[in-house]
Amino acid sequence: MDVNEVLLPGVGLRYEFVNEDGDRIGVVARRTGDFEVVLYGEGDPDEARPVFRLTGDEAETLSQILGAPRIAERFADLTREVPGLNAGQIEVLPGSPYAGRPLGDSRARTLTGASIVAVVRGEEVIASPGPERMLHAGDVLVAIGTAEGIIGVERLFQG
Amino acid sequence: MDISVAFLLELGLILVVLSVLGSWARRWTFSPVPLYLLTGLALGDGGFAQVPEAEEFVVVGASIGVVLLLLALGLEFSVAEFAASMRRHVPSAGVDALLNALPGAAAGWLLGLNGVGVLALAGATYISSSGIVARLLNDLRRLGNRETPAVLAVLVLEDFAMAAYLPPLAVLAAGGARWQAALGTLVAVVALAAAFTGSYRWGRQVSRAVVHPEAEQSMLRVLGLTLVVAALAEAVHVSAAVGAFLVGLTLTGEAADRARAVMEPLRDLFAAVFFVAIGLSVTLSAMLPLLPAAAALAAVTAATKIATGWYAASRDGVARRGRLRAGTVLMIRGEFSIIIVGLAASQDPRLVPLVSAYVLLLALTGPLLTRFFAGAPLPPRRDGRKTPGQPPADSRRARDR
Repeated sequence: MDVNEVLLPGVGLRYEFVNEDGDRIGVVARRTGDFEVVLYGEGDPDEARPVFRLTGDEAETLSQILGAPRIAERFADLTREVPGLNAGQIEVLPGSPYAGRPLGDSRARTLTGASIVAVVRGEEVIASPGPERMLHAGDVLVAIGTAEGIIGVERLFQG
Repeated sequence: MDISVAFLLELGLILVVLSVLGSWARRWTFSPVPLYLLTGLALGDGGFAQVPEAEEFVVVGASIGVVLLLLALGLEFSVAEFAASMRRHVPSAGVDALLNALPGAAAGWLLGLNGVGVLALAGATYISSSGIVARLLNDLRRLGNRETPAVLAVLVLEDFAMAAYLPPLAVLAAGGARWQAALGTLVAVVALAAAFTGSYRWGRQVSRAVVHPEAEQSMLRVLGLTLVVAALAEAVHVSAAVGAFLVGLTLTGEAADRARAVMEPLRDLFAAVFFVAIGLSVTLSAMLPLLPAAAALAAVTAATKIATGWYAASRDGVARRGRLRAGTVLMIRGEFSIIIVGLAASQDPRLVPLVSAYVLLLALTGPLLTRFFAGAPLPPRRDGRKTPGQPPADSRRARDR
């Protein structure tokens, strides 16, 4: 999908894309951290029709709402195809013994049989992380394995 | 310490009046600047009320207001945005300068101003009010419009032109010779280049020196630094305003963001005081005879700015209505026109009243006109699939998903 990006000097950036229904949607990302979502009309393609404005916090919440189910959904599709295979998300809490240490130190696969296939850090998704990948508090690990294996990983990271 | 009741009362009442006018202006998406000017005008000689006690503070505060306004202008500047604007809109900037500075210069010549006065008036008609325009675009919800990048690019290039224009004007207005003016420009350009390479190479250190986790510390550092540099610039006749502008240009990236955030409330207060002070310095009896000249100048330069916006927006492939929107929003002159004549006020007693009336006219009619040209709200959307438009010429593909 194409997203166009336009610089707005002194204000920020504007992103633009066309959705499935043919609506041309614009998002103005302001330097202040606020966002404005607009829709371009059919009559005058130059004129943006305001839809809504979001503060930084509201935009963060919206992006979580829109972004979160997609990751879980994709793994759900995968695990449905293989009987007995489960996917789980485990958050690395600040008190976790592996916060601030490389993933390999946890020896998760050796101990539980479950694999950590991705690390979700804020908006970033690190796919197939290596053993040297550093973990931070707040990271979310995506693990695939048997149901027991995933519970094992959870226990391991709770310490 | 003696506390003057009259002083506190007068200043307090002035601020209350400004806040009432300001909130009224915001509700009608007007700029408060012309209303602040009118307040000053009403308080001055021959006005409705006198403020003998607060006048001294207003005059002192005005000089801080100019310094902070130009600091903010410098802080807004970013090399990346300047470069992007340069790539697409150099011809627009040329059209802008030619079409809008010439009427001012011609008017100055017709009024029999001296060379510096003509130069100042040309600058005052050239520069749009980036503050009022940017705010208006936000209030009218036009940031997403396709003509907006062109409007903003014109504003950025105008602000940059000020870096080359203000130093020689300030030197000439202070009675300096031409070689001194050239020297002043050279100093400004060298300072600018040094500031850019410096902030590029040692940006981290500069940020650390200015930015502090505590807002109070950051504010004191930025204000202190700015006032010292402004004083030094004034001492060598380059004008405090230019010194503050250079400080703003030097601070980039994180330091600029932080400085903007901590200085904003102070700037708003002292800028309001500055506009009141300008109004105070003008008497109605001086302004009224100049009103026809100001109105004629406003009419001509409104038309030339509309032409400028029309041209700039058409370079981005915008259609007629969008071009009109761009032109009518750019026609608003404001704080910087006033600052420019403030620098050259000693050249001719007619300059400040003339440009005050000129700014009053354009800052009041501009927002009205541009709303008029925005036209009726778009018709409700029809159901069904639409044919998507082509991506605009000025965009690039950010990513494929």
